[in-house]
Amino acid sequence: MSSILNETCIVGIGETAYRRGEDRPKTDFDLQLEASLAAIAEAGLKPGDIDGIVCPIVGGKADDFAANLGLKDLRYAVTSHTGGAACVAALASAAMAVAAGVARHVLVPAGWRGYSGPRARGLASNSSDLGIGSVVRDFYAPHGAVSAVHQYALIASRYLSRYKVPVEALGMVAVEFRRNAQLNPLALMRGKELTLDEYLASTMISTPFRRFDCSLETDGAAALIVASASKARDMPQPPVYIMAVEEARPYPIDEFANRQNMVEIGLTQAAPRAFARAGVTPGDVDFLQVYDSFTINVLRQIEAAGFCQPGEAGQFVLDGNIGLRGSLPVNTNGGMLAEAHIMGMNNVLEAVRQLRGAAKDRQVQNAELGVVTGLGGGWATSGIAILRR
Amino acid sequence: MSEQLSGTLATISPPLPLLEGLTAEFYAFCKAGELRFQKCSDCAAWRHVPRLRCGGCNSTSWRWERSSGQGVIYSLTTVYRALHPGLDPKTPFICAVVEMSEGVRVVSEILVEPGQVPEIGTRVAVVFDAVTQEVTLPKFRMTGRQ
Repeated sequence: MSSILNETCIVGIGETAYRRGEDRPKTDFDLQLEASLAAIAEAGLKPGDIDGIVCPIVGGKADDFAANLGLKDLRYAVTSHTGGAACVAALASAAMAVAAGVARHVLVPAGWRGYSGPRARGLASNSSDLGIGSVVRDFYAPHGAVSAVHQYALIASRYLSRYKVPVEALGMVAVEFRRNAQLNPLALMRGKELTLDEYLASTMISTPFRRFDCSLETDGAAALIVASASKARDMPQPPVYIMAVEEARPYPIDEFANRQNMVEIGLTQAAPRAFARAGVTPGDVDFLQVYDSFTINVLRQIEAAGFCQPGEAGQFVLDGNIGLRGSLPVNTNGGMLAEAHIMGMNNVLEAVRQLRGAAKDRQVQNAELGVVTGLGGGWATSGIAILRR
Repeated sequence: MSEQLSGTLATISPPLPLLEGLTAEFYAFCKAGELRFQKCSDCAAWRHVPRLRCGGCNSTSWRWERSSGQGVIYSLTTVYRALHPGLDPKTPFICAVVEMSEGVRVVSEILVEPGQVPEIGTRVAVVFDAVTQEVTLPKFRMTGRQ
């Protein structure tokens, strides 16, 4: 399987403007279609060239895309049941379809009216699809753990206590990503710097989470196209090779309180598999794009991916390692905390830009190998992709 | 979410469980003032949330067993923004993961007297709160022994 995955590439990316509020009402699908058309054009393709799709977790279904892109021969249409991890986990489906010869150009769109529509803050992470799951409805929400922020706050509280991590470590994640966003013309937080003092003074939502521990709520969409490496060499953009994609979940996935290790995430299982398939180690990685729905999840994923031992990511951050010129640049676009919340697809696009050498002021020097993660359903379903130029 | 009109006042209920299947059985015990969890008949493991199969030994034989009601706070968060109109009036309140003496963990509210400061490791005991006519929730108070 590893050789198959190394023969597929991301050949096009596209996005809408990332906004809070809109000039005229659009649907989630409208935004996704706009981003899809941008990615198709960037890849030098016509809409009719799309013959496979991994559908997003909200918005357009396969028939919506097929009808509106004018597809006469859609041969492959699936979706990923990984919630917020879908943008990364979907790369496996896309790559397998291309490598198996089932489809030649697979579209992977994502996006939503996350500001103008139902807001991220109102969502509960029990279900792999968007929406409240039965466990949250019956055993969490009635007791006050209504939304993702409360549920992750319970996980964060345990983590900080168990490993004696100061809350300033969470704050520095927010500060570093906000700093990166100043160099990113797409970022909603460009022009809005954040100091640690401002972070500490910000509104408490649910301890330990303050306002700036939480990702943005954004209207926007982003999409990418996967094709074979041989096709990619004839296409306009520098190809980004998919070396490995893995997904994993701890048990039980539908509620977190009764996991033996309540702070564990699927990445602990998925990352070693991905690195083994790719034949590389965390030490080889030039940058990391992590699913930053909340600051705590950045620490959890840095550890679970193998860059730090459990409990040590806080000090890693405080020591300045995750900045643009640090030993492991993380979320060079500002992530979902400071660029936009496009369900992690914006972080995948930034990984592609870095590997193409197209990240401008944010460019990590000699970026050859990147890792991007997704984190979603059940507060712990993880996806990880290892990409190279 | 249901809306009840009481005179000229509209009150929005807090989020409520859907009383079907095993969920209904769990909360029926709560309404009767009992905290019960499933116990596997084959491997004797307690479990929560209610499930038809044992995650350890795969058995589908089980019984509802009464809990001691005693537990320890495993994690907690003070909720300032409830993000639900039925809970907004209560903020700030404490939501916790309580690890019961049986080993299962329950997400529940900690009811606090003035001057009490619950923390991870604080011992608690279950009480019952009839939040609606149909639904009684288990909640926890700090016990004297700390």
